[in-house]
Amino acid sequence: MTGRGAKTIRVDTLARVEGEGSLYIKLVGERVADVKLKIYEPPRLFEAFLRGRHFSEAADITARICGICPVAYQMSAVHAIERALGVRIDPAVRLLRRLFYCGEWIESHALHVYMLHAPDFLGYPDVIAMAADHRAVVERALRLKKVGNRIVQLLGGREIHPISAAVGGFYRTPTRQQFNELLVDLEWALEASLETVRWTAALEFPKFEQDYEFVALRHPDEYPFNEGRLVSNRGLDIDAAEYEDHFVELHVKHSNALHSVVRGRGSYLVGPLARFNLNFDKLPDVARKVALEVGLRPPVKNLFRSIVVRAVELVFACAEALRIIGEYEPPAAPRAETPNRTGAGQAITEAPRGILYHRYALDEKGLIVTARIVPPTSQNLRQIEEDLREYAAQLVAWPLDEATWKCEQAVRSYDPCISCATHSLKVVLEREEADKD
Amino acid sequence: MSSKAKHKPKIGVFKFASCDGCQLSLLDAEDELLGVVGAVDIAYFPEATRTMLKGPYDIGFVEGSVTTHQDAQRIQEVRRQCRTLITIGACATAGGIQALRNWKDVDEFVRVVYATPQFISTLKLSTPIAEHVPVDFELRGCPINKYHLIELITATLAGRKPNIPTYSVCIDCKRKANVCIAVARGIACLGPVTQAGCGALCPSYDRGCYGCYGPMETPNTGSLTKQFRILGQGDDQIVRAFRGFNAWSWQFRKASEECEHK
Repeated sequence: MTGRGAKTIRVDTLARVEGEGSLYIKLVGERVADVKLKIYEPPRLFEAFLRGRHFSEAADITARICGICPVAYQMSAVHAIERALGVRIDPAVRLLRRLFYCGEWIESHALHVYMLHAPDFLGYPDVIAMAADHRAVVERALRLKKVGNRIVQLLGGREIHPISAAVGGFYRTPTRQQFNELLVDLEWALEASLETVRWTAALEFPKFEQDYEFVALRHPDEYPFNEGRLVSNRGLDIDAAEYEDHFVELHVKHSNALHSVVRGRGSYLVGPLARFNLNFDKLPDVARKVALEVGLRPPVKNLFRSIVVRAVELVFACAEALRIIGEYEPPAAPRAETPNRTGAGQAITEAPRGILYHRYALDEKGLIVTARIVPPTSQNLRQIEEDLREYAAQLVAWPLDEATWKCEQAVRSYDPCISCATHSLKVVLEREEADKD
Repeated sequence: MSSKAKHKPKIGVFKFASCDGCQLSLLDAEDELLGVVGAVDIAYFPEATRTMLKGPYDIGFVEGSVTTHQDAQRIQEVRRQCRTLITIGACATAGGIQALRNWKDVDEFVRVVYATPQFISTLKLSTPIAEHVPVDFELRGCPINKYHLIELITATLAGRKPNIPTYSVCIDCKRKANVCIAVARGIACLGPVTQAGCGALCPSYDRGCYGCYGPMETPNTGSLTKQFRILGQGDDQIVRAFRGFNAWSWQFRKASEECEHK
């Protein structure tokens, strides 16, 4: 290597992602020599300190892995433990859990679409600068996000680390009257989400399509939240209990997060694109119609378009919340009895960023013997690095600052949550001219 | 954003080991966000913006606990750069849930989670920011209350003392006219020793307080431990109750260790 004209795309602190990481991409001539998505966020070792805690504490403790998607952790935890205990939940509780997830998806997707991702498309450093020119859009974003938070608040007491989710159900369930107070806001939110789809679809997307293995839950009757088989477009079709037979986590030196791969195949993609592509037929009419209206049909293979897919999922979540509230009858008891017993159970649920796997083994006192948690971001990490390897190759002729921003945008398309991945990001592009001979 | 001409106070938000929830609280203040950011100059807040301006900062908010050698050094630099340093949340003020490692063998913990433990560099203890540098104000909670955060920003800008309660959750239960779940239903509740701030949420949802706002100003943990025993709680349960999100706060730590070493 001569090092002459060496170039590195380097972002020491990736902005507008949850948690801390950096990106490093080294270009040698026309070739991408190295891509490292470094996670320097410190490890927090949840699986270790869950051991010896009672199962009733798992939902509260694992929620603290992520302040952005605590509901997801609570849902995977309670479903896995219910499976370990052999507990059946009331159908009304089942619906309430779907509603709980609707709230989190609305809050999280509105945050990502407008506040974390859209500024890239419009050329602003952040949503605050964007608000100076697009005040009405930002106000719509904040109001939409608030509707999601209100649902989580009503069911869970507060939006971050809610306190009501329990093994067997909820500590307390709201009354019909309390839900009815949400209806006007939700009807507005549904319209606002439709506007969001049209608004995001009009953005400009880099041309970049990849042949992904999409992995998501699939349920016979509904767009997935808490139940279903785990399927992919390459023939995967398994129960949560078989997850560890098909997926393996690798520990790479440059990262405090583990990389997950499909055994025998490699990287895969989870999250809104995967869900949309595998479950398009399960979306309610209103969501499917608007997707087709803006020309979005499966398979969507351009990760930059995930912003439109998130908007379509906003439509789904609002429509689903309205449906659930419309037919809500409070359960006979807020939660089922959950006596201590030995057992093991796994669950996969659809966090806003993709599938979240939990496994617990319990002893006769109901204490956790082992726990395993695989968050969506660690499942996407390898795919993000592979995408950057391909995508950076398209940018070799670009000015370095623009190429760097584009690579950041690509990473943000995944809505990575580094706090989750390190229970355990940083961007660097290095460019070197190839040897002349 | 960086309209320096107006001399708006420069704000930095710094993250250590944490879940991001406390800094998200600012973005969750949907009705107040645009007003707050209009009054300050957000100079460093990576979760919200690509713009990252160098210090010094007028106010620094720190989320998260110190768990690595690098972070132990970084907090010194953050302190030097911030005229006023405010810690937000249970991780920053008490070491957080990750402080549960402080009673265990951390090397074994790392082996449980990572296949190649030699790649991981971590300290034996998860410690609050105030164990490393002087802190001007500690805002409690797991997560913090977003209205406290806005009050704190407003008070700091106005140069007055923030109005944030230090009394117990019990006071809020009385205000909400909750029937005491510990007295009436025999549910173990940390409310009597926990600082208010959440709005007495758990008792309002028919469950015992689990102490996410940490110890109140003068908690009588010994008396509560006795009461827990009367309610039929075993020592192991009492240890776990105090070893939650504020386990390393000295008051809760003392309470759990007294029970463990009895």
